[in-house]
Amino acid sequence: MADPIFSTLQQALVPAAGPATLAHGILVFMLTPAELQPAVRRLRDEFGFDLFLDVTAVDWLGQSPRFELVYHFYSTTHKQRVRLKARVDEGDPTVDSLVPLYGSAAFMERECHDMYGIVFRGNSDLRPILLYEGFVGHPLRKDYPKQREQPLVPYRS
Amino acid sequence: MSAMYARTVPIVPAAHGKDAAFEYLTTRKDELIGWARKFSIFPYPFVTACCAMEFMAVSASPYDTDRFGAALPRFSPRQADLLMVVGTVTHKQAPILLKVYEQMCEPKWVMAFGVCATSGGFYQNYAALPGIDRIIPVDIYIPGCPPRPEMVIDGIMQLQEKIAGSRHPIITDRF
Repeated sequence: MADPIFSTLQQALVPAAGPATLAHGILVFMLTPAELQPAVRRLRDEFGFDLFLDVTAVDWLGQSPRFELVYHFYSTTHKQRVRLKARVDEGDPTVDSLVPLYGSAAFMERECHDMYGIVFRGNSDLRPILLYEGFVGHPLRKDYPKQREQPLVPYRS
Repeated sequence: MSAMYARTVPIVPAAHGKDAAFEYLTTRKDELIGWARKFSIFPYPFVTACCAMEFMAVSASPYDTDRFGAALPRFSPRQADLLMVVGTVTHKQAPILLKVYEQMCEPKWVMAFGVCATSGGFYQNYAALPGIDRIIPVDIYIPGCPPRPEMVIDGIMQLQEKIAGSRHPIITDRF
């Protein structure tokens, strides 16, 4: 079932990463934030995962650590995807940026910073990309009030 | 060939006598100007979302808004007098919409095309403006997600009635 690359990956990354699971044909690794960047570097350099697809987060409100970062990578040589996850806490939602490894990470990390307030250490440009200057809070966090409005133009009375 | 194009009805100079019909027309100034203005609506399409497909459908020949004098879109707000807001407007876009509205010359009218422009529609979140009438005055609301072309035509006709029935103060005591 699993591709040969998966067993190689599992053997190579398990000592650092803990046991991997297979979900819908994608190998999933649960890492610590500190392990993330070295693991991604090995994925890219040794295993040919040359395409950074996405970074997003899941807000598990009430749990600790609260935020789960989800990264997806694709290998254009192996035609396989891999998913990395890492949990960061609410008090210090910081993780190393992947901009040194993938240039495309810059914009995706900005979006993740917009929506969840994750701080990507090493990304020099975390200005709002989908939101606007002056927006307070992070709207995809579960505790952001659904009906809160932050209009840029004052409403007519 | 020449016979084919020959005039069969001779052109007779108009007889400016008392028996000639329609030499004079009495009307009210507002009615005359309203009648003229309601058939010369130049829309500015402020098109942001999926309602654009319906806007294209209603503008194209099967429905043909040109029948109402409202077909020629002007892409400069200076030359337009109907602001058609077609689709969802976000808080981030709101300053742009306001600027476009303020750049239009009087007289000007605003149409909220579709439910998102009308009230925000099903968007009730951090991003969407809940109705463009929060920031600019709206003359005609067209509900629907998206509205049928018939509804848009009905909206244009109601706007025409509104224009025809309103005051048009182009001549004042100060001229």
